[in-house]
Amino acid sequence: MRNDEHSRSILTEEEKDMIDEELSHYPTKQAGAVEALMIVQRRRGWISDELLLAVADHVGIAPAELDRSATFYNLIFRQPVGQHVVLVCDSVSCWLMGADRLRKRLQSCLGIGAGETSADGRVTVLPNVCLGACDRAPAVMIDETLHGPLTEHELDRLLDSHVLQGAR
Amino acid sequence: MTIDDRPLTGLIRRHGPPPTLSEYEERGGYASIRAMLGDMTPEEVQREVTDSNLRGRGGAGFPTGKKWSFVPMGVDAPRPKYLVVNADEMEPGSFKDRLLLEGHPHQLIEGIIIAAYAIQAEYAYIFVRWAYRSSVTALERALREAREAGLLGHDLFGSGFNLTVHIHTSAGRYICGEETALLNALEGHAVIPRAKPPYPQVCGLWGKPTIVQNVETLCNLPHILTHGAEWYNDLGQGKDAGTKLYAVSGRVRRPGVWELPIGTTVREILENHAGGMQEGYAFRAMQPGGGSTGFLTEEHLDVAMDFESLSSVGSRLGTGTAIVLDDRTCPVGFVRNLEHFFAQESCGWCTPCRDGLPWVERLLGALDSGNGRPQDMDILERHVTFLGPGRTYCAHAPGAMEPLKSALQHFRSDFDRHIAERGCPWRSHATAR
Repeated sequence: MRNDEHSRSILTEEEKDMIDEELSHYPTKQAGAVEALMIVQRRRGWISDELLLAVADHVGIAPAELDRSATFYNLIFRQPVGQHVVLVCDSVSCWLMGADRLRKRLQSCLGIGAGETSADGRVTVLPNVCLGACDRAPAVMIDETLHGPLTEHELDRLLDSHVLQGAR
Repeated sequence: MTIDDRPLTGLIRRHGPPPTLSEYEERGGYASIRAMLGDMTPEEVQREVTDSNLRGRGGAGFPTGKKWSFVPMGVDAPRPKYLVVNADEMEPGSFKDRLLLEGHPHQLIEGIIIAAYAIQAEYAYIFVRWAYRSSVTALERALREAREAGLLGHDLFGSGFNLTVHIHTSAGRYICGEETALLNALEGHAVIPRAKPPYPQVCGLWGKPTIVQNVETLCNLPHILTHGAEWYNDLGQGKDAGTKLYAVSGRVRRPGVWELPIGTTVREILENHAGGMQEGYAFRAMQPGGGSTGFLTEEHLDVAMDFESLSSVGSRLGTGTAIVLDDRTCPVGFVRNLEHFFAQESCGWCTPCRDGLPWVERLLGALDSGNGRPQDMDILERHVTFLGPGRTYCAHAPGAMEPLKSALQHFRSDFDRHIAERGCPWRSHATAR
């Protein structure tokens, strides 16, 4: 199989349909490219080189152009992440209210710091700018759900129920 | 207070689902659209909004009517025109638009229809940050209801006006909230600000006339059309018109967001609404309008939170979302945290921002860890000048310098202590806490 054919076959029909639907809302292909990456990432966890090529091919733009966007946005992952992603707010309101304590707790519970993935591949911890939940500081986002304000004890419970048990 | 005093938030249930279309319509929702499409020209809508003295709620405070007045109108105007909703709320300390997006999406849609009609835009994009998942869910549901009810789409109410609305979910990065960088983000290009002129009103999205408007600004429009410009002017307490969503975070008893007459004093917001400081903490200073605004101190507590009053004391209303610095938190650490954010989020397009902000962050880090030198203070002062207004492509670096500049004024002795004592005087305390 030729390289580009291989790339094209990587995306499922469902993913292609969803990308096409998204592209239909814009007059140019580039405009829908970031959402196309997010559609694929939501299913695959992260964007490998093969997936990047496949998305670029399907959307119809140059891979380098797509990768410029993929590497610019902090929430498009070009490296493997765990099954769960914990975004820890590191901006000022959460810092004031004890975000560092939450980060230390994650370090001691999971053995990983910000930007790392646990050895069992279950969870990735990432620092994130202000989550827009300053009245609930300190806050974290686990996958697509916001939590806060959190004490260390409440963080433990969340990790137990959402991350370590594997429930989504 | 009645709903008429809090037009934007009166129907929001703090712990419940947003109003459905039928609930909203029972309370007068979308009535302004029917009236507008029935017997108002776009020029009349523009005039009403100009007369209301509404100023943009996204941070810069540009008069909304004036912004619209630069859009080419009439049969010869370039087509299509676009309305872009800036829902990329990401400035540290800001969480007001989230309340409007999650709590009352139909109000925003009504505002979108009004703004789009006023400039005769046929497409609107709502640009939402990724982290606002629940906002997107609420918006999607409301848009579906509005489309099914014929409030969006083709030939609305037989007026010949068409409007298509689409949600664009972004994937992070603060610079996307900058007006022209946002346009590049929407087009899928490298996310850097654009040179002005040409202004987006003339040459915006895909080179067509475009208005970029903050969520809160748009949410004011249905009420202005329903009750009139005079009523809206009377809502404000000082020179500015309308209400404002004010918020407070930090060591206060009740962090939160409240809709109050614009021009409410700092003291009333801090004491009556945020409940004052938590037990064991005293007020030291605050940023009145998000991470890019200059500090206010105790002497400013009776200043009105409006555009002019805050600039007269060297700060800005910004987003109206305050961050409180308490007496047990290191001001140098506070500013270091802010400058880390700004350095990280620089798009790297212009040199002062790309190279200057990391330098500021490193200097503050050195001070914090006990490696600061007296001459570092001069270097910091120089950055305040060279990264200031007029030296950079957009407002990112100047915004980053506002808290630094005011911190060097108000907390100079704290900076000096870090140098003299070779470290952070608060550190031992912070670890004990």
